[in-house]
Amino acid sequence: MTSWLPLLVLLPFAGAVLCLLVRGRGAPAIGVATSLATAALVLFALWSLQTSGPVRVQVGGWGAPLGIDLAVDGLSMIHLIMTAVIGLFISLYANRYYDGYRGGQKDRARELFWPFWLMLWGAMNALFVSADLFNLYVVLELVGLSAVGLVVLTGTRDVLGAGLRYLLTALAGSMCYLMGVALLYAAHGTLDLFAIGALIQSDGVSRAALMLMVTGLLMKTAVFPLHFWLPPAHASATAPVSALLSALVVKASFYILLRLWFDVFPGVTTPLLGNLLGLLGGGAILWGSLQALRQKRLKLLIAYSTVAQLGYLMFLFPVTAGMADGSSLWLQEVSKGTVCHVLSHALAKASIFLSAGLFILAAGTDQMSAMKGLAERMPLTVFSMALAAVSLMGLPPSGGFIAKWLIMHAVLGVGQWWWAPFLVIGGLLTAGYMFMMLRPAFLEPDPGPGLKPVPRLLEVCTLALAMLSIGIGISAANLLNLVMIGNPFSIPGGGW
Amino acid sequence: MTQELAYSMTGMLLFSIGLFGVFFVPHILRRLMAMNVMAVGVFLLLIAVAKRNADPNPDPVPHAMLLTGIVVAISATAFAVGLARKFHEVSGETDLDGEGP
Repeated sequence: MTSWLPLLVLLPFAGAVLCLLVRGRGAPAIGVATSLATAALVLFALWSLQTSGPVRVQVGGWGAPLGIDLAVDGLSMIHLIMTAVIGLFISLYANRYYDGYRGGQKDRARELFWPFWLMLWGAMNALFVSADLFNLYVVLELVGLSAVGLVVLTGTRDVLGAGLRYLLTALAGSMCYLMGVALLYAAHGTLDLFAIGALIQSDGVSRAALMLMVTGLLMKTAVFPLHFWLPPAHASATAPVSALLSALVVKASFYILLRLWFDVFPGVTTPLLGNLLGLLGGGAILWGSLQALRQKRLKLLIAYSTVAQLGYLMFLFPVTAGMADGSSLWLQEVSKGTVCHVLSHALAKASIFLSAGLFILAAGTDQMSAMKGLAERMPLTVFSMALAAVSLMGLPPSGGFIAKWLIMHAVLGVGQWWWAPFLVIGGLLTAGYMFMMLRPAFLEPDPGPGLKPVPRLLEVCTLALAMLSIGIGISAANLLNLVMIGNPFSIPGGGW
Repeated sequence: MTQELAYSMTGMLLFSIGLFGVFFVPHILRRLMAMNVMAVGVFLLLIAVAKRNADPNPDPVPHAMLLTGIVVAISATAFAVGLARKFHEVSGETDLDGEGP
């Protein structure tokens, strides 16, 4: 029984259309109901995967290449769960957050959040279960368009500029990806994500396709030096949207990158390319952290922190590039560490952006100088921020610690010690900008207008995400075993 | 030079010109046009790809991809033009400031 698989996509899409039709007061109610139902469906999918293993469905019985094939394995599942958990909390948060958005464009922002967000959720689910390269292009485009829609909700000059820049970069990125798909089809006559790898040899066409697709996806993942669009877009959007973008949307294109690396191009990747990607990761960590240290606005600091944290994901590539079957232990370890980093960063970053939202609700600004005395007046919010910061810094027992430990262990295990300083310096710099962010909260408050009270439910959602980012460090073994269902990180022909 | 090779080369040339435009032209509408030139480049290649072997009937899969691609490109362009108009309305400007596209 596998007909639930298309529902993962259809349900949020149906909710989105419904929200668009009713508008007005009904939209948030439908939005929250759809979020709950989608999360429940993901839970069912998890149960189904654990009892009956990986599945693959031909939607409508058409079959590839003209029909759409969907497939679920452990890697897909962990991304579906990540989206569902974070998405659900953000839905609950957004439901109350936009309460104060009244009058003119703000009414529109409150109503239009829901159709765009549910569209984004459906598109991300579709992305995680797609089994062919062209379908991935279509849903990648959908993810981009709905994400830009979310950024520009409030319609001010800043968000429109940031949204346009984001849109143009995203479109250029997906065109590069599509060009790669066209080249691969020209050479091999199939689009099947899991079958094409066996056909691909290291020839000129495959190398060109690899370069185009990797470049396109790096643009969309905002990997240094192609990150320029991210800070303005993530910092100027409303808080629930920033949380969605930083936690989930950039991970969607990284997921495709992982799939391509292990399933499509294992015969084409070279240590040179791997090292180049690792170097970009190192650059991202240094540049993003240094920029974060220079910021005066809270949300810009958090956005630059995302640029830096995405860098850690890149060390998987030098470790696994051109790997023979003998060292598969390290391959497995670095992959687990990377997935763990994806998860813990998503949870911590969602929480910290939601905290920033609470601060903005209370103070009406996101200047960090206005945070003085926050620890006394909003202790729960500051506590959430501190917990999320612990995970981002990679202190035990958080998820961030397990992730960085596994990556570090694998990097040293394959003898590529030169990545280790980036990991260590990155951790120190993260601690630096996180302390800089938290410091004003513990200072004596300025006399003057106090803070507006914020709804307790919002603080609870924020705290829950922060605690989860610590909690996955404790239950990491179970989660990482789940990822390995269906063996997503094997190199075909490697024979392990 | 065969016909489909000519098509493929033209497609790749258009793609490169478009990519350059998206990154290095300041005016928003021109950037958007450049994105469309990129798309046309990919579409041309897909047209050529349909004649993959000696079979006189074209392969339908690239054509299906191309049609879907056109639909996506049109929707994305419409959305972007809407955003650009609104941006112009609010700011009175036609260029995005700062670095990058």
